[in-house]
Amino acid sequence: MSSIMISRIRQKQIAQLITSGKRLDGRGLVDYRPIQIETGIIVKAEGSARVRLGKTEVLVGIKIGLGEPFSDRPNEGVLTVNSEFVPLASPEFEAGPPGEESMELARVVDRGVRESKAIDLEKLCIIPRKKVFVVFVDIYVLNHDGNLIDASALATLAALMNTKVFRYEVKDGEVEIKPGFVALPIKNFPIAVTFAVISGKLVVDPWLDEEEVMDARLTISFDRDGRVCAVQKGGTGTLFPEQIIEAANITKEKAEELRKLVVKS
Amino acid sequence: MSQKIVLVNEEGIRTDGRKLNELRPIKLEVGILSNADGSAYIEQGKNRILAAVYGPREVHPRHLALPDRAILQCRYHMAPFSVEERKPPQPSRREVELSKVIREALEPAIFLDKFPRTSIDLFIEVLQADGGTRGAGVTVASLALADAGIPMRDLVAACAAGKVGAHLVLDLNDIEDKEGEADVPVAYMLNSNAVALLQMDGLLTIEEFKRAIDLALDGCKQIYALQKEALKAKYIAIKEEAEEGVEEE
Repeated sequence: MSSIMISRIRQKQIAQLITSGKRLDGRGLVDYRPIQIETGIIVKAEGSARVRLGKTEVLVGIKIGLGEPFSDRPNEGVLTVNSEFVPLASPEFEAGPPGEESMELARVVDRGVRESKAIDLEKLCIIPRKKVFVVFVDIYVLNHDGNLIDASALATLAALMNTKVFRYEVKDGEVEIKPGFVALPIKNFPIAVTFAVISGKLVVDPWLDEEEVMDARLTISFDRDGRVCAVQKGGTGTLFPEQIIEAANITKEKAEELRKLVVKS
Repeated sequence: MSQKIVLVNEEGIRTDGRKLNELRPIKLEVGILSNADGSAYIEQGKNRILAAVYGPREVHPRHLALPDRAILQCRYHMAPFSVEERKPPQPSRREVELSKVIREALEPAIFLDKFPRTSIDLFIEVLQADGGTRGAGVTVASLALADAGIPMRDLVAACAAGKVGAHLVLDLNDIEDKEGEADVPVAYMLNSNAVALLQMDGLLTIEEFKRAIDLALDGCKQIYALQKEALKAKYIAIKEEAEEGVEEE
């Protein structure tokens, strides 16, 4: 984990409190920090959303482009997810090519969207094998106070739901863009829930100081039908098999709560 | 996805003739590269993977060094010729992510605090890929670490389970991985009942997810036994060589 050094005393305090079921910021073990979602805040982007999860802040912008499909998926549009740890977001972030944490973040968010088939990619095919819409999801971390995965996944879903695609017409095998837009076809609503394992306990939505102390991290994503669509363990600790099942059960409930925040917005 | 491939037939037999809960044939060898401090090789189905360990040695770049423990640096890499279509040699985003999760799966097994200010460098080269390379990579890397004489809490064994043609299956091969409904790679330390790597993509109900983890853990246990055998085999070979030397004198 990126290490903002926190004192040993504070580390101990966080770990000890969690042993007795409490957290330093007053939350219960499975409580999220306050969540705010705003959509459509970047008008130049075809879709956008900003999520505040406590002090963590993530902006997702979506651009739609034209491109070629993958050869093994000739009838589907293309989804690409990228993430930037912008240096203004944390004293630990540096400008330059994305590091492994940034790539992991993008790939975990990508997996949730892709595996749940959140976007109806077949509807983004214009000319099979030749021209499709490409959905570029760019995750911009603006302030890092822990649990970037959940904030980014939430912002991505909110932004996708708010994305518009240009109208077009195919004339003699050429694509002509027409005035006006249609909504990006969305079929599913994946939600990621992240846990930290601290003092052997599962803690939902870890903030930065808790991430400093945690042994392991576990993210589980659920689709709207209550199916698991992505999982990622992180961190250098381990989990007992029973903890994974416990986490999946908690996720199922939490994902419902979070989904209501986005799907209504 | 133009035509449906039958991945599991009515008798529950898979494309390569295996039963649902059967591993692919696995061959493990320890100590096969002379320059490395530790090395190992795995064949699992058509997977061919080499792992080498250098260290504990000086840290490069030096600012990464930690005052109280060693760092583990891991590079999972696929040879350009290891897959159907040539893979450009520079690390892809997938390889960067896998290097990270593999490192995080092995770190808990190593007594890093025994070697402050040093680096243990682990290189995993996939020479031929056939599905489940991250799991096989963890399995073979853990043997290479043991071969390097690095003190460890346990060997880490890894294996995937998944859902293919509506069946839960163990140890997915390439087609099953690509055409199947879900893939759950797991790495496991048997002695401490600890899951060190867990990922999943696809769609599974909670119930199926639980069963997939159990199935994968079962595969890990079988692989763990093979790992121990492979390590022992190396030392038996050394012992026999030494005894022959004594007889000749």
